[in-house]
Amino acid sequence: MIVVGELINASRKQIAAAIEARDAAAIARVAREQREAGAEYIDVNAGTFVGQEAELLRWLVATVQEAVDAPCCIDSPDPRAIEAALEVHRGTAMINSISWERSRFDALAPLLAGTDLKVVALCMGDEGMPETADQRLGIADRLVDGLLRNNVSAENVYVDPLVQPISTRSEFGAEFLRAVGEIMGRFDGVHTICGLSNVSYGLPERKLLNQTFAVMAVAHGLDAVIVNPLDTRLMTQLVAAEALAGRDPFCMNYLKAYRAGRLEA
Amino acid sequence: MAVQDVFQAVVDFEDEKVPGLVRAELDGGSPVETVLNEGLIAAMDFVGKKFSEGEMFVPEMLMAAQAMKAGLEVLRPLLAQAEAQPKGTVVIGTVQGDLHDIGKNLVAMMLEGAGFRVVDLGVDVAPSRFLQVAQESGAQIVCMSALLTTTMPRMGETVSAIREQGLPLKTMVGGAPVTEEFAHRIGADGYSDDAPGAVELARRLVAA
Repeated sequence: MIVVGELINASRKQIAAAIEARDAAAIARVAREQREAGAEYIDVNAGTFVGQEAELLRWLVATVQEAVDAPCCIDSPDPRAIEAALEVHRGTAMINSISWERSRFDALAPLLAGTDLKVVALCMGDEGMPETADQRLGIADRLVDGLLRNNVSAENVYVDPLVQPISTRSEFGAEFLRAVGEIMGRFDGVHTICGLSNVSYGLPERKLLNQTFAVMAVAHGLDAVIVNPLDTRLMTQLVAAEALAGRDPFCMNYLKAYRAGRLEA
Repeated sequence: MAVQDVFQAVVDFEDEKVPGLVRAELDGGSPVETVLNEGLIAAMDFVGKKFSEGEMFVPEMLMAAQAMKAGLEVLRPLLAQAEAQPKGTVVIGTVQGDLHDIGKNLVAMMLEGAGFRVVDLGVDVAPSRFLQVAQESGAQIVCMSALLTTTMPRMGETVSAIREQGLPLKTMVGGAPVTEEFAHRIGADGYSDDAPGAVELARRLVAA
């Protein structure tokens, strides 16, 4: 399971304040906490700072990588901001995200072409948000194909089938899960990734729904997540779910987590 | 029989019962306006209040709206006959470049539930289109949603275009990254952080 730590996001109040004050120590702390909790990539987002995004994203990447030895997941739709961040990034970054919206695809594809960059490919096109699994597959098909044609290797593509809230349509969870299974079965080498919190919008006890949904998605083949890695219960469940889904040979990860004292049932 | 039964059936999400109760109420001599205002609309207000207080949740709001709509279908021809005016007309949409519609749909639904005529332009709506449809439909309010920080500036552009042309339109904005302060800065007439709040705001704006 590839875990992307989502906490360094300017839409969160404490992070916005830290960015505003250029408080490198605060950003470094959040980066370290997430890394120690098992995040493989540290997401960085400065989206709410309109006009300063490029400069701030660059600062976030430098600050995070000063603190932890991990790649960043550069979270922006703006190719100029991504480029600025990449100039100071060490190692292979993940770009979050490209989509099948024509202008977004055309702006970002050249930046990815022929590189080793990982990319989150969001199942969203100009015709709006997909609702059914089939609509998701239709977009995924064109998007993956478009990336391959631009010399991006399948192993570097992380398709995000787009989680929608079950509070607004009861089938949204099931359609998402079916899409994960189909994408993993159909496109060789491609990964699937998602955030979780949308699924529980408009309902109480959201953590319960998020955690259960994560386990169900792993069972359908999901192999990467964008989450809060400090949610120890969730992280524990992901380890167990991967073992149960047959993707943890000899249960080695499960046992490793047990010995590290990270499995509290 | 009382209009209270209509109210209760909506609050209990009994969409199959509501039309019959509405008809019985009308047959019993209650004015159409009373059934609409004290039955259907009052019920949606109650649901909205419970939602804002965290006691009811989105799926329940949707079910109540469905029950309300079932009742409204019965009243609609009578309201047309009586040439009853809607509470106001709102043109609503998600701004250009943005395809998120869940919040926008909830707001549209609650505005309808409050007796407004709602013209829903969907997603990816250009400023010029908001203006054009608002004028054609005789709307009082333009209501805009954005879920992306990158598309929020379209709200300001729409508000400015309305001001420049001197149109007598009120503007309201909302969506996850939108704040009261942002609404103020772009010169919008109002902001709400949830759907029932948007209804309250729309009522204040048409009354002003």
